[in-house]
Amino acid sequence: MSVFLEAFSTAFNLIVSLDTSLLEIVWLSIKISISSLIIASLFGFPIGALLAMKSFGGRALIITIFNSMMGMPPVVVGLVVYLMVSRSGPLGWLEILYTPYAMIIAQVILIFPIIVALSTQILEELHKEYEDIFKIFSVPPRTAVITYIFDSKDALLTIFLAGFGRAISEVGAVIIVGGNIDHATRVMTTTIALETSKGDLPLALALGIILLGLSLIVNLIATKIKSGTTGGING
Amino acid sequence: MLRFKYPIYLLLSFLIPSLTFGGEILLQSTTSTNNSGFYGYILPKFKDETGLSVKVVAVGTGQAIKNAENCDADILIVHAKKAEEKFVANGGGIKRYDLMYNDFVVVGPDADPAQIQQTKTISEALTYISRVQPSFISRGDNSGTHKKELELWGKVPISVKEYSGKWYKETGSGMGTTLNIAAELDAYTISDRATWLTFKNKKALRILFEGDPLLFNQYGVALVNPEKCPKTKTKKAKKFLNWLLSENGQSEIENYTVNGIQLFYPNAIK
Repeated sequence: MSVFLEAFSTAFNLIVSLDTSLLEIVWLSIKISISSLIIASLFGFPIGALLAMKSFGGRALIITIFNSMMGMPPVVVGLVVYLMVSRSGPLGWLEILYTPYAMIIAQVILIFPIIVALSTQILEELHKEYEDIFKIFSVPPRTAVITYIFDSKDALLTIFLAGFGRAISEVGAVIIVGGNIDHATRVMTTTIALETSKGDLPLALALGIILLGLSLIVNLIATKIKSGTTGGING
Repeated sequence: MLRFKYPIYLLLSFLIPSLTFGGEILLQSTTSTNNSGFYGYILPKFKDETGLSVKVVAVGTGQAIKNAENCDADILIVHAKKAEEKFVANGGGIKRYDLMYNDFVVVGPDADPAQIQQTKTISEALTYISRVQPSFISRGDNSGTHKKELELWGKVPISVKEYSGKWYKETGSGMGTTLNIAAELDAYTISDRATWLTFKNKKALRILFEGDPLLFNQYGVALVNPEKCPKTKTKKAKKFLNWLLSENGQSEIENYTVNGIQLFYPNAIK
């Protein structure tokens, strides 16, 4: 039990003292995960909307593929990205292995299917509901999509959070393509893995607590945005 | 649209400064050297003298060599001489040099059920373990330590492979993870001394056997071959190599201690 107590006091001390190496690691984690989230969303939401509203051959199969890709093991994604961006791989000329770029690519591949699959599901429901009305009033597809997005913004926010959660918490992919290099590609999860391997369990757990706190803050902000757009918590 | 501006600014603020990368020397090395804080000590000294920075990727020796073969390194520091020589012979590296050494130790539970503290040689110690069959944790990851361990088991008249999953447990993990498992299972394992000394979750584990010359742990250094890997920063990496082998570099290696104990002994041939 003393490990837990020690972990909490270590976490507290790290936060209070604003440990610079910790801040660097936390900041890099946030930057990488949010960049991945933005890129994955830019491509994921339109594809999700397309899958939700258009019917074409192979649509069901594509949806099934995206659904199952949500369960991709990060370590496999990491390995594939490594083989691609290795100096001896097809994208080796980019020279991005062991940089945050490679980590973002890996995380985009991890969260993209989540964004597509979940947004398809949500927009599909709405589309079923509104399709006939929109047809009657001959609402253009563009307006329809905007209506759907506005109508389901809370659910879409939840998708963002799911994607962010996956990105910030995974270690398997970023440790392979990032290399856990100090002051370059070391993030929260790879630091936790490193400290565990050094047998410093209280420090590892303390970092885990901070990571959890970070997730909590992001979710609180999201809840705030949600309640803000619907006119206050009570409204 | 205003609301979407902020994430985009965040993205840009992140991407722009990172556009200036690629100047550093890329070193593939082992967890034993990195986790003990060795590079944290020695790399700033090198930077002070030359202005060059080194990025360290710390993995098992097997994977480090594999990564270097894929050209994902400029220089390699590992501890498995035969594998290093093979790496050079296959054209992956230019030439291999002795850099420094320390030794391996056999750690196990304080109670020492196999009574290896009474033994005089490592073969005898492992023979005792193979008779009593307490849990023995193997790295099982093709690392330098794993190769060494298998070599040592080769001197014992049993084949540990037959007991894999029984008392002989292969973790396929790094030294630290393997020590965590050994501590939890009150098991024996073989560790390099640097990792052992800096490891913090020892529980009932302690050194039960050490000192046999066969436990010698030699670290070697080699430049990645630019003929095979044209993108390597050979000039810079060569400066680093020469510095490590120079009197300055060697004495810095000697100066590095953890809790007053020297972790690596320089032995480059001048």
